[in-house]
Amino acid sequence: MTAMPKWADAVLVPLISLLIAFVISGLVILAIGEDPIAAMKLMITGALGSTYGWGYTLYYSTNFIFTGLAVSVAFQAGLFNIGSEGQASLGGLGVALACLFVPWPHWSLALIGAATMAALFGAAWAAIPAYLQAKRGSHVVITTIMFNYIAAALMIYVLVTLLRPTGSMDTASARFDPALKLPRLGDILGLVGIPFNNRNPANISLLIALASCVGVWLLMGRTRLGYQLRAFGKSEKASVYAGINPVRITMYAMLISGGLSGMMAINTVMGEANRLLLNSVEGAGFIGIAVALMGRSHPVGVLLAAILFGFLYQGGAELALWTTIPRELIIVIQALVILFTGAMDNMVRKPVESLFLLLRKGKA
Amino acid sequence: MDFATLIQILDSTVRLATPLLFACLAGLFSERAGVFDIGLEGKMLAAAFLSAAVAALTGSVWLGVLAGIFASLLLSGIHGLAAITFRGNQLISGVAINFLASGLTVLLGQKWFGLGGRTPSLTDGGRFEPITLPFADAIAPLPIIGPIYAELISGHSILVYLAIACVPASAWVLYRTRFGLRLRAVGENPAAVDTAGVSVTGIRYAAVAICGVLCGLAGAYLALGLAAGFGKEMTAGRGFIALAALIFAKWRPWYALGATMLFGFLEAVGNRFPSIDLGLFAIPSQFVQALPYIITVVILAGFIGKARPPRAGGEPYVKER
Repeated sequence: MTAMPKWADAVLVPLISLLIAFVISGLVILAIGEDPIAAMKLMITGALGSTYGWGYTLYYSTNFIFTGLAVSVAFQAGLFNIGSEGQASLGGLGVALACLFVPWPHWSLALIGAATMAALFGAAWAAIPAYLQAKRGSHVVITTIMFNYIAAALMIYVLVTLLRPTGSMDTASARFDPALKLPRLGDILGLVGIPFNNRNPANISLLIALASCVGVWLLMGRTRLGYQLRAFGKSEKASVYAGINPVRITMYAMLISGGLSGMMAINTVMGEANRLLLNSVEGAGFIGIAVALMGRSHPVGVLLAAILFGFLYQGGAELALWTTIPRELIIVIQALVILFTGAMDNMVRKPVESLFLLLRKGKA
Repeated sequence: MDFATLIQILDSTVRLATPLLFACLAGLFSERAGVFDIGLEGKMLAAAFLSAAVAALTGSVWLGVLAGIFASLLLSGIHGLAAITFRGNQLISGVAINFLASGLTVLLGQKWFGLGGRTPSLTDGGRFEPITLPFADAIAPLPIIGPIYAELISGHSILVYLAIACVPASAWVLYRTRFGLRLRAVGENPAAVDTAGVSVTGIRYAAVAICGVLCGLAGAYLALGLAAGFGKEMTAGRGFIALAALIFAKWRPWYALGATMLFGFLEAVGNRFPSIDLGLFAIPSQFVQALPYIITVVILAGFIGKARPPRAGGEPYVKER
């Protein structure tokens, strides 16, 4: 028997958890001697007060949609992929290789090629932990964390020794062909007559991220594979009894997850920097965990949570610029969101459940 | 490689293994009681920060250690609340704790010291001094035994000896006391312990608290013994390596000593030889730095014997359905 209506489970409980996380974040701001109300106002005007701010918010959201979807797909299959960070940085390598070494005739073809390479590289980086989990029983949580560290070392090696142009001091690849620049969101909205600031990095990758949301929704809800993934996540024993191959499902879940993480790189590497920089992921892989938990692993939830975190990220940058609050505030907020919407879910859920039971008894 | 170099490497192996050993034993108590803890990293980081901050402000190394243990215990309390009382996902709670520590240490460090997240460098009295064991000077001139005793065994800070003493102590508590028996039983079959009239919740909270104290010591040693102050993200994945060592050690105290010494040795070799020239080609320094993580993956892949985790690990105990 379910004690709560569906909307309470999907919306009310996460919102209350989020509220608690925000109140505690406010207390943290208070504790370091700043005014939380003023900080909130500054974040809202900085991130949502202009189309310039919105552009940055949506640019960050694009990253978080990809990583959030990535974590949620694995999570629905009962796998906790903490390796989005490393998978996304490998995705960046895929994008860079595609953009540097293939003479693309047009940016649109380059985008398709780069996205494919990004997904392949991300998936490949997830494949080893997936295989080890499926075949050798080594826990995917620890192996993906290890692969984040290995990816970081690998990227330093690749950028310092292989991709750095001779004579350059930056640990970064050469710039891509300017013809490969992706259209900015301002250009696209300008075509349909909506005025939007063009001095921000939001670009066409946002549309690909939205399409990925639809794709994941179709995959998880409307296909046989999606059903198998979810069944495996709910009960491994029951799904194996029903003839689902655990090795195959583990591999598929992690490959899709890694591919989605990798595709984040088209937004950062191709859409914004136009070259591969060291640490181009900047923690977006970890924020994906918070986004997936907050969004209840549903594509619509992930989309909304990604926009929320895009806002927090851009707002946090504004705070760091105008106040003494460091950027790391966003990590604290992220931690609190993960804690309250993820680990301490029952703290909110149980009281809400009993409240609904009480209401029902009152009616009867 | 000559004998003196070997002694130097082994000497730094012991130093580098100490925080891993504390953290590994911390994880051992928690996981043996059925509470998975991937928040070791965050607890160490928080402990390193608060111990360095307090030691810098008071000039007392022991107050620093106490503060570190306090910080770690606080995070343990959150983990216990999420994992035991609210029956949440223990992995997610651990991830949250890691981020909480990573963000809060910088936020508070910036607020208190304004050094971009660092704490001021500690001077004499604020950090642990090496202890010279008796007769070290007298034995030092002897060949072989002299350097081994004077440099390898003597001359570490008190926390190093404490960490090594924790190994037999943990083994004794786990295998020779009533509390240890109950703790292990709670990790294997909590329902049986409950039937015997012992509080599963109580034992698990006790285990999580022991884990907090040991993580606090690990962090305090990092900031007050190994380094002279706190630096942003100074744990650098040691919590996860300790976790890997725990699996490698098959959740046993004496094996934990060996496993952490191995990882300490790898790190010591990596520090000593940043890049290894093999004549035909040179192994890049990045590979040497990534080696502990790669070895961890190889070990986890079970190429060195199968490890069996505590049966009830990761599962919240529900007393009544």
